[in-house]
Amino acid sequence: MTVEAKLGQVANYVDERTGAAAFLKKSLKKVFPDHWSFLLGEVALYSFVILLLSGTFLTFWFDPSMREVVYEGSYQPLEGVKMSAAYASALHISFEVRGGLLMRQIHHWAALIFMAAIVAHLLRVFFTGAFRKPREGNWIIGVGLLTLGIVEGFLGYSLPDDLLSGTGIRIAEAIIQAIPVVGSYLSYFAFGGVFPGELFIPRIYIVHVLLLPGAFLALITVHLMLVWYQKHTQYPGPGRTEKNVVGYPLMPMYMAKAGGFFFIVFGVTAFLGAVASINPIWLYGPYTPAQISAGSQPDWYMGWLDGLVRMAPPIETYFFGYTISWNILIPGLIIPGILFTGMALYPFIESWITGDKREHHLLDRPRNAPNRTALGAMSLTFMLVTLINGGNDLIATHFDLSINQIMWGTRIGVFVLPPLAFIITKRLCLSLQRADRELVLHGRETGRLLRMPSGEFVEVHEPISPEKAFILTSHEQMPALDLPAVDARGVKRAGALKNKLRARLSKANAEAIPKVSADDLKEIESH
Amino acid sequence: MKRLSRFRRHKAAAPLLLTFALLGIGGTFSVASATTANETSAVERSTLIEEGRQIFLKGCSSCHGLNAEGVSIAPSLIGVGAASVDFQVGTGRMPMADMSTQAMRKAPVYDEEEVAALAAYVASLAPGPEIPGMELLNFERDGSTAEGGELFRNNCAMCHNFAGQGGALTQGKYAPTVMGVLPKHIYEAMVTGPQAMPVFNDKTITPEEKLSIIKWIKSAEAEPNLGGASLGRVGPVTEGLLAWTLGLGLLIGVAVWLATKAK
Repeated sequence: MTVEAKLGQVANYVDERTGAAAFLKKSLKKVFPDHWSFLLGEVALYSFVILLLSGTFLTFWFDPSMREVVYEGSYQPLEGVKMSAAYASALHISFEVRGGLLMRQIHHWAALIFMAAIVAHLLRVFFTGAFRKPREGNWIIGVGLLTLGIVEGFLGYSLPDDLLSGTGIRIAEAIIQAIPVVGSYLSYFAFGGVFPGELFIPRIYIVHVLLLPGAFLALITVHLMLVWYQKHTQYPGPGRTEKNVVGYPLMPMYMAKAGGFFFIVFGVTAFLGAVASINPIWLYGPYTPAQISAGSQPDWYMGWLDGLVRMAPPIETYFFGYTISWNILIPGLIIPGILFTGMALYPFIESWITGDKREHHLLDRPRNAPNRTALGAMSLTFMLVTLINGGNDLIATHFDLSINQIMWGTRIGVFVLPPLAFIITKRLCLSLQRADRELVLHGRETGRLLRMPSGEFVEVHEPISPEKAFILTSHEQMPALDLPAVDARGVKRAGALKNKLRARLSKANAEAIPKVSADDLKEIESH
Repeated sequence: MKRLSRFRRHKAAAPLLLTFALLGIGGTFSVASATTANETSAVERSTLIEEGRQIFLKGCSSCHGLNAEGVSIAPSLIGVGAASVDFQVGTGRMPMADMSTQAMRKAPVYDEEEVAALAAYVASLAPGPEIPGMELLNFERDGSTAEGGELFRNNCAMCHNFAGQGGALTQGKYAPTVMGVLPKHIYEAMVTGPQAMPVFNDKTITPEEKLSIIKWIKSAEAEPNLGGASLGRVGPVTEGLLAWTLGLGLLIGVAVWLATKAK
């Protein structure tokens, strides 16, 4: 019997019992559009797989216990030092377990890349408008994954119980305590008594290795199933419509690409883990609440939060015997709460402003949605300013600046720069639209100069390809919502204020350079 | 004598004799020179002080005053002791290059003898902390690395960072890195508390504990970067920077490559 026939027998056996053939036949032919920015989410997914694998390796030796032990391992500068079993076992993984340090570093680098890829993926989805109907739900799941990622990363950072870990937990405790009324009770609940206690590391360990990875797996599954079911969005182009997907079938093209890409992501994290030190816990020493290191920072995805807390002025109020620490409460809870809620609700806010309730499977070019792009640039600027303040001490020492200057610079910058970024980005988008219009109407500047018989010099313009012209003109330009304050019978409509706000936002949102129409082209061809 | 002469052709005879001879000469010389030093020390000291005064008048008095009494821009040096001078001038901090917030470490302007003369002069004004001798500074023998690490994290890391890389203080001041500093200078810094640094006297941190701290610093300095490139040993900021630039940068490069090849 030939190999094919044998394989056929096996396949037939499975198919007769599961009916998988019909499903696979359809699924393996599923078409995905091709663009590098669609692979950012894949980077996040693959880093997650790497995190699961390397994390499992680490659990074989990590002892999540705050029991006090005396270090007797091979790292001499800590010999005889009292420390928690968690820290001692993290040192054991680093120095005695074969490949342990490499695995620890791969795990940590993969975590940083995981979060970076999530953010890059989120930015791609935001700036291209991929969150619009029908994908609002998936956007919210994405925001949920980002939030979980921040928490999961922070817990991982806290587990080794080195000096830096403990400092981070201490700040987390301060943020918990800053919650009015219930703060101190919650803190006692979380730590099982007074900080640091003996319970926190075992508790966050089980959350870090079981609860949150479980939640991740569930959410990622739903996230991907929705992408599968709703089909992937695509960039506009000839032949691409709201009703089709132009690309390559899953098998063999994407199977091969995705498989290969997974190993490349693994390769890059392993490379970083092999050549670049990350979180050298043995240098930090064990955590004791009395100690702190200069330049204690969280990992980058929480750097903005640290920056916000660092720039908050020391304001507290006392009433009825209670202290409310606004300096922690506002930057640590209120602002992140507003930001993440706003982010999760953004698809609904935008559709309320535009009044657009249709499905969208074709992506926007960011310049064609100037308001959204400007809003994104504004948020990014806010994040960058706060992130810079999160590293203010290192910036101060490495660039010969005063930490106070940086703090004041970012305190002012956090209010001034984001609106400025909004205005500049919006103008840039409109200018780019103007450039697109110019390009369609007059073609591409070739740089070739032509001397006319009259002696005049002109630059030769070359018409752009029809494909390019299509891409530059295929987007639709929605007019602003017409929301008159009074109805047809002259009666004032309900919700006047709300409508006024909506009309205003809609007008600002609809601001655009009119794209080239067929009439424009006809006119230009006539002379 | 006869019994001894039997061994004169023994193969250990020559090296032994040489050792005895060297010890003898060395011993005699050290005794002789010590006595002379004792005899002339008062004279030498006064010439040393005079030399120091001359250097001081030329190089330091414009800011610190003709009698080291201090003026508005620079503090009085009366009572700061030889240790302070040895640290400030020996590490190149003094004389300052400009009137910046903090004197920084640079190549010393004066050589060792000149520093010694300056130190002797300032010490002659009023008693103060002395320069620790080589015998005292035997940190390899008297210090403990692990204990030093604990002490460093308790007393120093809050400004100098967990790995002694330095850190920022308020208003442009900073705690400098403690890497590559002579043990003598580390000791003097603890004793005299230069610039923004507090004084750690012998009650706060005993001399043995100071040696332990020095031993830990030297161990951290000599420690190879066990996990690969150190990224400055400054914590997560440089790590995040590398994750975004090299890590995600490489991956985006690959993604672009994967997407273009398909065309």
